Amino acid sequence: MSLLKLENVHSYYGRIHALKGISLEVNEGEIVTLIGANGAGKSTTLRTISGILHPREGRILLNGQDISHMEPHKIVYAGVGHVPEGRGIFPKLTVRENLEMGAFTINDRAEIERRMEYAFSLFPRLKERINQKGGTLSGGEQQMLATARGLMLKPKILMLDEPSMGLAPRLVELIFDIIKQMNQEGTTILLVEQNALMALSIAHRGYVLQTGQIVLSDTADNLKANPMVQHAYLGIE
Amino acid sequence: MLAFSLVSGFALSAFVIVLAFLFQNTAVGASVMQRFGVSLVNYTLLNLPQVLMDGLTLGFVYAAIALGYTMVYGVLEFINFAHSEIFAIGAFVGVEVLIALAAYGLIGGQNSLLSAYLWLLVALLAGMLVAGTMAVLVERIAYRPLRGAPRLVPLISAIGVSFFLQDAIRLIESVTTGQFHRIIPAFGNFDNRIPLFTVAGNTVDIQIKSLIVIVAAIIMLVGLNYLVNATKVGKAIRAVAQDRATASLMGIDVNRIISMTFLIGGTLGGAAGVLYALKFTRIDPFVGFFPGLKAFTAAVLGGIGNLTGALLGGIVLGLLETFAGTYMSIFTMGVAGAEYKDIFAFGILILVLIFRPQGLMGENVAQKA
Ligand SMILES: Nc1ncnc2c1ncn2[C@@H]1O[C@H](COP(=O)(O)OP(=O)(O)OP(=O)(O)O)[C@@H](O)[C@H]1O
Ligand SMILES: [Mg+2]
Repeated sequence: MSLLKLENVHSYYGRIHALKGISLEVNEGEIVTLIGANGAGKSTTLRTISGILHPREGRILLNGQDISHMEPHKIVYAGVGHVPEGRGIFPKLTVRENLEMGAFTINDRAEIERRMEYAFSLFPRLKERINQKGGTLSGGEQQMLATARGLMLKPKILMLDEPSMGLAPRLVELIFDIIKQMNQEGTTILLVEQNALMALSIAHRGYVLQTGQIVLSDTADNLKANPMVQHAYLGIE
Repeated sequence: MLAFSLVSGFALSAFVIVLAFLFQNTAVGASVMQRFGVSLVNYTLLNLPQVLMDGLTLGFVYAAIALGYTMVYGVLEFINFAHSEIFAIGAFVGVEVLIALAAYGLIGGQNSLLSAYLWLLVALLAGMLVAGTMAVLVERIAYRPLRGAPRLVPLISAIGVSFFLQDAIRLIESVTTGQFHRIIPAFGNFDNRIPLFTVAGNTVDIQIKSLIVIVAAIIMLVGLNYLVNATKVGKAIRAVAQDRATASLMGIDVNRIISMTFLIGGTLGGAAGVLYALKFTRIDPFVGFFPGLKAFTAAVLGGIGNLTGALLGGIVLGLLETFAGTYMSIFTMGVAGAEYKDIFAFGILILVLIFRPQGLMGENVAQKA
C-alpha cells in the first residue's frame, strides 16, 4: 500500500479549476518529484494534500485513511509536513521561535532541543542568527530557515515546495544533499522543483503536471531521457 | 512600560507647569488666587501628584480594555466592537456578585478586612470568567461563520452583537432587579486614602481602590506579557497573527488559537469592567460605550495589533484625559470645563489617523500585507 495516494483530485480557487483530476502515489521511502511549468498546479497539489485547500472531487489517502476533508493541523499530526512555497516563515518570530513552531506537535523539550541542534549543524548560519527576527534574514537565509523548520517536525512524508528558490548554487547542492540524507534516514519525500534536472537526479520517480493534469509519470531516469521532458523542462533541444 | 508612563507623565506635568508660569500674572492667575488663595503655580504643583495617580488609574483600565481590541485585531484584522459589552458584562457580574454577598452579610458591616479583599478577588475572578466565556461564545456564534466573508460583514455583525448584549443586560437586570443601573455595595476600606507624602503642608494621598486598580492591572499585564512571549500558546497566537495558513502547517489548530485570543481578551476586558465598577461605583448597561471607545482609541494610538502599543496608548490617554479634566477649566477660567475632556481622546484619534495611521508602535501597513 502506498503511503500517500491521490485519486482523481479536483481543486478550485473559487471558480478557478486549478486541479483537474490528479492521481498520484508516493510509496514509503521514496523521493517523488512533481515538475511542471509556472501555474501548472504543483503548489496547489501540495496545498490540497496538506488541507489548506479541500478537493471538491476525488480522495486523498494517507496510509489508506481518507484525509481529504481533515483540517490542516490534524494532517500535520497524521505525519505530513509541508514546507510551503515562498518561504512562509514567521517574520516577527525569532529564528529560534520559528524552529520551535516547526516542532509544535512535539511536547518533549529535550527532543526539540536535539532537533534544533541537528538543524543548526546543517545550517550553521542560522545558529549565528538564532535571536534575529525571521523577517530580517536575507532571502536565502529565510529559505534555509523554512527548510530547517520542516526538518523539526520529522514527518513521515515531507513535502517541499521549491526549496532551492533564491539560493546560491552551493546552497542548492547542500539542500539537495540534506533531502537525500533525510530520505536515507527514512523520511518519504514529495518534492516540487523548478530545477527539474536536480530534482530528477535525486528522485526515484516523477510526475509531470500541465495545466492541472498529470501528463506523464515515470521513473526519474526515464523522465530525464524523455525528449518531451528534455525539451520543456530541462532546456535541452 | 514604567519608563514610558513616567516620561509621558513628566511631559504632561512639565507642560502644565510651564502653562502655569505663563499664566501666573494674567487674569487666570488672579482668578485662582481669588478662588483658592494660592498662586496658580502653587495650585498646579499641589494638584499634580494626585492628577498623575488618577490618570494612571484610568490609564491602566483603558490599557486592559485596549489589549482585547488589539489582540483580536492582531489575529483576525477585525475590530471587535462587541468588546465594550464584554467589559460591561464583567462589570455587571462583578457588581452582582458583590451585591449578593452583601445581601448574605458576607461583606460590609462587621466582616474582617481580609474577607473584603478575598471577596473582591472572587468578584473579579467571576467577572473575568463570565466575560471571557462570553467573548469566546460571541466569536463562535457571530464571527466564525463569517470568516471568509468580506471584511465589512463581521464588523456589522460585531455592532449587532454589541446592541444585542447591551439590551440583554438591560432586560436581565430590569426583569430580575427592577432597575438597570447598579451600584457597587460599600464594603472594605477601599474608599480610604493612604497618605503618600506631604508638600508645603498639603498631603498627597491615593485612594485604596485606585491602588487596587493599578496593582491588579500590572499583575495582569505582566501575566499577559509572559503568556504571549514565553509560552507555547503565546507563540502560537503570534504565529497565527502573522500567517494563518502557515501556522496551520505547523500543526497549530487555528480555530482553537482564535478562541484562546478571545478568551484572553475577554478575560482582561471583564477584569477591567470589575475594576472600573470598583473605582466609579455606578454602572449601567451602556457603561462600556465610552471606556470602550477610548480604549479603542488607545489601541489605535499605540498601533493596533501591537500589545505594547495598546498598553502605552491606554496610559497616555488616561493621563491626558485626567489632566484635561483637571486643568482645562482652570486655564480657561471655567469657559471649557471638565466636560470637554473627551475632546482630547477623540481629537487624538483623528490626529493619529491623519498623521500616523500605523500608530506609535505600529509598523507600516504595507509591511504587514
Ligand atoms: N490563491 C489563488 N487564487 C486564485 N487562483 C490561484 C491561487 N493560487 C494559485 N492560483 C491559480 O492556480 C493555478 C495553479 O497555481 P499553482 O500555484 O499551483 O502553480 P505552480 O505549479 O505551483 O506554479 P509555480 O511554478 O509558478 O509556483 C494557477 O493558474 C494560478 O493562477
Ligand atoms: Mg508553486
